[in-house]
Amino acid sequence: MKELLKIQNCNKHFDGITALDNFNCEISKNEILGLIGPNGAGKSTLFNVITGFIPADSGMINFKNFNISKKTPSKINNYGISRTFQDLRLIRQMTVLENVLLAFKDQPGEHLENVFFRNNKVKKIESENKKKAMELLKNTGILNKANDLADDLSYGQQKLLSLLCCLASDAELLLLDEPIAGINPAMIEKILSIINELPKQGKSVIIIEHNMDAINKICNRVVFMDAGKKVSEGTPAEVRNDPKVIEAYLD
Amino acid sequence: MTYLLHILIFIGIYIILSISLNLLAGYTGILSIGHAAFYGIGAYVAALMALKLNSPFLLNIFLAIIASAIIGALVGIPSLRIKDDYFIIATFAFQIIVFSILNNLVSFTGGPMGLPGIPQPVILGIKISSHISFSILITILCAFTFYVSNKIVKSPFGRILKAIREDEIFAQSLGKNISAYKVKIFMISAGLAAIAGVMYATYITYIDPTSFTVMESIFIISIVIIGGAGNLWGSVLGAIVLVMLPEALRFIGLPNAVAANIRQMLYGGLLVAFMLWRPQGFIGEYTFNRNNEK
Ligand SMILES: Nc1ncnc2c1ncn2[C@@H]1O[C@H](COP(=O)(O)OP(=O)(O)OP(=O)(O)O)[C@@H](O)[C@H]1O
Ligand SMILES: [Mg+2]
Repeated sequence: MKELLKIQNCNKHFDGITALDNFNCEISKNEILGLIGPNGAGKSTLFNVITGFIPADSGMINFKNFNISKKTPSKINNYGISRTFQDLRLIRQMTVLENVLLAFKDQPGEHLENVFFRNNKVKKIESENKKKAMELLKNTGILNKANDLADDLSYGQQKLLSLLCCLASDAELLLLDEPIAGINPAMIEKILSIINELPKQGKSVIIIEHNMDAINKICNRVVFMDAGKKVSEGTPAEVRNDPKVIEAYLD
Repeated sequence: MTYLLHILIFIGIYIILSISLNLLAGYTGILSIGHAAFYGIGAYVAALMALKLNSPFLLNIFLAIIASAIIGALVGIPSLRIKDDYFIIATFAFQIIVFSILNNLVSFTGGPMGLPGIPQPVILGIKISSHISFSILITILCAFTFYVSNKIVKSPFGRILKAIREDEIFAQSLGKNISAYKVKIFMISAGLAAIAGVMYATYITYIDPTSFTVMESIFIISIVIIGGAGNLWGSVLGAIVLVMLPEALRFIGLPNAVAANIRQMLYGGLLVAFMLWRPQGFIGEYTFNRNNEK
């Protein structure tokens, strides 16, 4: 197995709180890794550090053997890491379709010289992207919502849309922060099955989830963290039965 | 007739100013109260070029746009790193600095005495001097400004501006280099505002620093907000209404001196009323209400 992302000795303190404590972890290509742990364990902080939204105090993060530790969020995304947010982010005042379109990479129309002087190319790629976006929406059953404002979707559909944006941004590694928390069972099924297909498309996933059934279903490996430290690592069954994990939950 | 054309020309100038500010404030969510500084820079660059170098109008307007955009970048690059309220203060500071330079660099800008005798435009041998020809020219420039702005906001570039306005963090997470987009739209906004300055200078043929103060910036903001932020037609509508309003006051028989005072109060009152009861303006799609953010 070839490693895709390697996190080495990462530390992060928020005045008084240790959110990451000498944290180490790796993820290989085509793997779905579960990241679990109690509230406040530092899971979301780890995502924020990987994606450059919060600078680590120390440590190193390599993505495809390239040091991304000090890079900006937009650069890190362009290297191939996409994420969703625990506190669901979307552009609510744009349509569902526009949200997906926003996510595509290398759009000629994002450069003004093309907008003014290479209009044909801009139009061509934009209509190709539209087709791709419609395809995504169709495959996930929200094609009829394409022209609704993202704000008008149900919470579950919004979570689905944020996952679709992540997919459209064509990343090799997806970091999903509680993608199925607070939504109905049918939507949970739908989202899990999308995630489950990702390794076949050459993508890897780190998923934060409190729902252990879901973790058991889609992850072959799990990392358990508590108070910023990695406490246990292994198959879901191994981690579940690890005395250190049981102890952490009893505390 | 002359009077009507005069009003029309001013409507045109304010359409250009409000559309250009709308790109920044209404579409990207970056409120600046230094817009009149770019209006002034355009006016002074064109006036000085014409007066000192006798250079042709089209070159002057081109250089005014470029100069204003470059100054926009110089101001924008450092100050766009700071957030909302502090950015507004930075643009206010910029406005004050530009005013004091114009006011104190007497040998160059004429200081408080201003620059009289600015030559009227000559375009391809045609002298623009009548009200009607100025009206035609300003209409063309308004159409140009609208065309450029519309093209931008309808493009994927414009989609990113809107994303920055609604949720910067989300835009970044999708790989958009938001600082670069902010600086670019700041430059375009500044460059387009300069067009209005050039028209003002060559139409009135006299400029002084008092035409480009923070009061003027606030007037432009009022047009954007009342017309409707995030909608280009809103700025057109806003400019028409706010420029004609004091004229209407004159028509109902108020003496000029009274009307001038009422004008300020009216604008202030209108702005407050709109912010309270119709924050999206006549036809806007964005309100500067930060409560629902993040
Ligand atoms: N930006 C921040 N500023 C200050 N403290 C923070 C910040 N982000 C996180 N923390 C703190 O760091 C700790 C870890 O938070 P984090 O959000 O990473 O936990 P989590 O494992 O994602 O928890 P949950 O399961 O509740 O989402 C918490 O104590 C939290 O209060
Ligand atoms: Mg969390």
